[in-house]
Amino acid sequence: MATDVGELIRVQALTRRYGSRTILDRLDLEIAPGEFVALLGQSGSGKSTLLRAMAGLDGDVAGDGSVEVPGQVSVVFQDARLLPWQRVLDNVVLGLDGAAERGRESLSEVGLAGRERAWPNELSGGEQQRVALARSLVREPRLLLADEPFGALDALTRLKMHALLRRLVEQHRPAVLLVTHDVDEAIALADRVLVLDHGRIAAEQRLDAGRDTTEIRAALLRALGVTGE
Amino acid sequence: MTLVASRPAVTTRPRTHRLRPGARIRFGFLVGPFLLLALWAAASASGLLDPRFLSAPWTVIGTAAELIESGRLQENLLASVQRVALGLAIGVPLGTLLALVSGMSRWGEAVIDGPIQIKRAVPSLALMPLLILWLGIGEVMKVTVIAVGVLVPIYIHTHNGLRTIDSRYVELAETVGLRRGTFIRKVVLPGALPGFLLGMRFAVTTAWLFLVVAELINSTTGIGYMMDLARTYGQTEVILVGIVLYGLLGLFSDAAVRLVERRALSWRRTLAS
Repeated sequence: MATDVGELIRVQALTRRYGSRTILDRLDLEIAPGEFVALLGQSGSGKSTLLRAMAGLDGDVAGDGSVEVPGQVSVVFQDARLLPWQRVLDNVVLGLDGAAERGRESLSEVGLAGRERAWPNELSGGEQQRVALARSLVREPRLLLADEPFGALDALTRLKMHALLRRLVEQHRPAVLLVTHDVDEAIALADRVLVLDHGRIAAEQRLDAGRDTTEIRAALLRALGVTGE
Repeated sequence: MTLVASRPAVTTRPRTHRLRPGARIRFGFLVGPFLLLALWAAASASGLLDPRFLSAPWTVIGTAAELIESGRLQENLLASVQRVALGLAIGVPLGTLLALVSGMSRWGEAVIDGPIQIKRAVPSLALMPLLILWLGIGEVMKVTVIAVGVLVPIYIHTHNGLRTIDSRYVELAETVGLRRGTFIRKVVLPGALPGFLLGMRFAVTTAWLFLVVAELINSTTGIGYMMDLARTYGQTEVILVGIVLYGLLGLFSDAAVRLVERRALSWRRTLAS
């Protein structure tokens, strides 16, 4: 279903249904190469369903439409999802042959040089998520799909991770689709913020330089159905 | 009268893990068996235990020494150990392979799981007459009995370990595009290892169990044969040497597997660690 067409990322008329419930309803989405898109939406709005469809992880879900993504797609999940029986470095280069050196570089990029031989269980939640980032980026993805990657972290760690992600994305220039329910996180990181509602894109805000973020924030909150601010 | 010092208002909490089993005891697995031995010795020494019913520990030790001196013990032990080793060498890989095939494909499970569950439900002793008819009463039959016996716990526990691998890891393997071979090596086998090792603990004790059964039938070597011969002459001390030997062999093979377990599963942080 997901076809490789170089750099272009295009979702057309994507529909996904669970039983009689339509989760994604003829959704269209384009992401430019190197663009950072954040996807907001209430629980059950279809954020994760869209991300899973783009990752090709929904073979068992009914629906139609087309998904065009680059050949190299990496996914970061909400849980770090490290294999507990593989050491940190082996987790980073999982499935890559002879990539130990690149894996080490990738680990030092996320600030975990020297922890190559540690077991995932010996790391903190934030460190584990950094390993997961290293595992994603060592594959030089053209599209990085992140499903609430910082949702399980404390506020302070989350801010540090934002800075780290921004730096990594600047270096590697993948297109990013970040699913989050945190409006401030979306504004802090993305070039463009989308709000998903009832399976369709209900609002869109570009974060061009010089725009007033408080105004954007208010507009996004309205689109999410949160008022009174 | 002396003044009783009042308790300090702030008590320091003891730095123990209240809900954990506590620090590891060196050679802890020997404590229970030694207590049992002490009880036996006390009963024999006090005359509570009739030697015709159960010989005293020192008589058993003396007999064991005589058996070693004459070379009979080593000869029979070697025959027994060979049978168990061969049975494990065949049964363990076979059980693991069957568990892998059954755990990784629905068709494999449909074909393999049923027969193994049936084999599990049938008492192994009930299969002996058939195995004797097919394979005779020689070594092949004895090794087969052990191999088929150890196959079951290896299969059951490896299969269970495999099936309880978190599906999130399978999803991860798909997103990083693991090939089937790498998937088996990096995800399936290590994920099923705790189950396999538990199966291994059952397997090593089961192997000794089936050995006795096999050796009691028309053997001319082995610990079981030595014990059966002693029965005809009413030598309880020789029977006891055999029982103790079986016990020690079972205990040490289990300890060996547990040692491997601790090394191989060092990534786990569990209640026991």
